[in-house]
Amino acid sequence: MSTPIETDVVIVGAGPIGLFAVFELGLLDLKAHLVDILDRPGGQCTELYPEKPIYDIPGLPIVTGQELTNKLLDQIKPFGAQYHFNEMASGLEKLADGRWRLKTDAGTELVAPVIVIAAGGGSFVPKRPPVPHIEAYENRGDGVGVHYAVRKMEAFRGKNIVIAGGGDSALDWTINLAPLAKSLTLVHHRDGFRAAQHSVNQMRELEREGRVKFHVASVKQLHGEHGKLTGVTLSGADKKEWQLETDAFLPFFGLTIKLGPIAEFGLNLHENLIPVDTARFESMTPGIFAIGDINSYPGKLKLILSGFHEAALMAQAAFHICRPNEKLRFQYTTSSSSLQKKLGVHA
Amino acid sequence: MKIFATDRKGAEHVIEGRDGWSVMEMLRDAGLPVAAECGGACACATCHVYVNDGWYEKLSPPSDAEVDMLDMALAVEPNSRLSCQIVCAEALDGIKVTVAPE
Repeated sequence: MSTPIETDVVIVGAGPIGLFAVFELGLLDLKAHLVDILDRPGGQCTELYPEKPIYDIPGLPIVTGQELTNKLLDQIKPFGAQYHFNEMASGLEKLADGRWRLKTDAGTELVAPVIVIAAGGGSFVPKRPPVPHIEAYENRGDGVGVHYAVRKMEAFRGKNIVIAGGGDSALDWTINLAPLAKSLTLVHHRDGFRAAQHSVNQMRELEREGRVKFHVASVKQLHGEHGKLTGVTLSGADKKEWQLETDAFLPFFGLTIKLGPIAEFGLNLHENLIPVDTARFESMTPGIFAIGDINSYPGKLKLILSGFHEAALMAQAAFHICRPNEKLRFQYTTSSSSLQKKLGVHA
Repeated sequence: MKIFATDRKGAEHVIEGRDGWSVMEMLRDAGLPVAAECGGACACATCHVYVNDGWYEKLSPPSDAEVDMLDMALAVEPNSRLSCQIVCAEALDGIKVTVAPE
C-alpha cells in the first residue's frame, strides 16, 4: 500500500477524451492523474484501430487512431499529467473532507476533489473462451490453471501446456514456453495464423522437432477438481473429441471491453452508461463527472468530437469544485497571454 | 430484405435489412447483444456470427483482413463470419445467422 497521491483531478481512462480533458483542465491550472488498464495511452484508438483512418475529427480530414493519440499527447505535454498505466480503477470512496479516494488494483491511491470517468466502454480485459466453468481454474497460481498472460515463465517449466489462438501472443508464447514445457500443444481453428510470419516459421520448426504439437481444434471442456486443472477435451475439425493431460491452459484471443468495477462506484448506471447533465457532465454524485462514450444524456452521440466538448464543460465545473474561492475568467488561447504562458508558446 | 437472426438464448428474430448497411448494424439496431466494439472496422471480432443453412456459401468470401481478425474470435466454426463485413443486399434476402457466444 503506497502513500495516497493528492491532486486536483483523477481521470479514469487515457483514451482521446481523457487526454483532451488534461488540456482543458490544464488551461485552468488544474493538475491531473490518469489511470488506465492498458499499457499505453489512446484507449480504443490505439488498442482497436491504431492504423484505421478516422474522418470526423474537426480540422483533421484524415487521421489514424495512433496519429490522433500522438497529437493529443503533444498538445497536453505542457500540463505534465501523471499516468498510471496497467492499473485498473478498482474502488472509489468519499473522504470525510469531501474529497474522493480512488484505488487501483495495483495498490495506488489517488485523492482528489474531482473524479472524471472517461472510460469509454469500460476496461479492456482478455477474452474468455466460452468453455464451461473456466472461471474455476483462473487465478490458481503461476504455471497452473487458466492464464490470459504469462508473468513468470519459469513457473511453466515441466508443465503440460495447452495454448489456444492464432495471433502474435499465442505464437510468441508457444515459442517461448516450448523449451521449458513438458509438453506444449497449440490449438487454433484453422491451419493458418495472423501472427508475424517469422513467428509462424519458428512454430513450424518447433513442430518439426516435436517440441510443439499443433492441432486444428478447440478446447471444449476443462477437467479437474477443486480448481486444479488436470486435462482438457479438444474437438477437432471433424468434431472428433479427445482428452489431453493439461496443467495450464493459455487462451490468447486478444482483449474485449467489459464495464468492470465502475459498475460498483454507485453512479446510478443506466444500461452500463453514466447519466450526466449537459451543462457540467457531472453524474448524479457531485464531484464525479463522466465524459466520452461512458456517459448518457438526451441526444448523446458516441463521437470523439462530442467527448472533446464534454471535457471542456466538465473542466469549467471542476474548477469551481477544486478552487471554490477563486474566480474563473473565460479566456481564449489565441489572445490570452496567461494561457499562452501555460502552453509554453508565450512570445 | 429480411435477416433471420438467432440470439444467444436460441430465440429467432426477423430483422429488416437495409441495402448497403452491414448485418452487424441491423443486428445492433434490433437490440441484439452484438458488442461490435470497433464500430464496424473489422478490428475487434466482437460481431462474430455463424451463417447457417447454406447461406455461408452464397456470401462473397471473407477478405484476408476478416480471416485474420477471425483468429481473435472465440468459438470459431467453418461458417463463422464477422457480421460487420456482410453487406445487406436483395440477394441475401432470408439470410440466416446466429450470434456467436461471447
